[in-house]
Amino acid sequence: MHDRGGSPTDAPIDRTEHELADWEILMDAIENALEHRGVMNTDQMRRGIESMPADEYERASYYERWLFSTEANLIERGVLAPGEIDERAAR
Amino acid sequence: MSLPLGTTVRVSTRQHERHHRTPGYVKGRRGRIERAHGHFRNPETQAYGGDGLPEQELYLVSFDLPGGDRVLADVFEHWLEAAE
Repeated sequence: MHDRGGSPTDAPIDRTEHELADWEILMDAIENALEHRGVMNTDQMRRGIESMPADEYERASYYERWLFSTEANLIERGVLAPGEIDERAAR
Repeated sequence: MSLPLGTTVRVSTRQHERHHRTPGYVKGRRGRIERAHGHFRNPETQAYGGDGLPEQELYLVSFDLPGGDRVLADVFEHWLEAAE
């Protein structure tokens, strides 16, 4: 999913502000730390978001997309095993 | 090669399935070079862990809309073609 600017729609733009949840602030920090340490870069981050299935992309919030891409990139690099986050979260 | 300000260009319509930063809605459109941003590493290879070299020149390109409005977009030189 990319190029949203090119998709015509009559739907109103949601301009409401919302408070960031703690996990969203943490997500931002993790991603920036990974970039700073050279583990991944902004373009890999964007590619990961674009690789989301369209329906999942539409349902996901901004930082849920960051989470999806960061996890995908870390699995790609072998830093995380597939399913590792879910497995640990289930403990 | 460096494009002078005011040069008329056309954005390439070539197929490119992998990650790139050229918005689909300017592909095939005629625009004008408004500003040269300088050289930057190529996101098309950096997106896959490459080094992004050689750096590509990035331009601010304007596209005229009916009614006098303009769309401004940053487009890398390797997506720009000569236009009348």
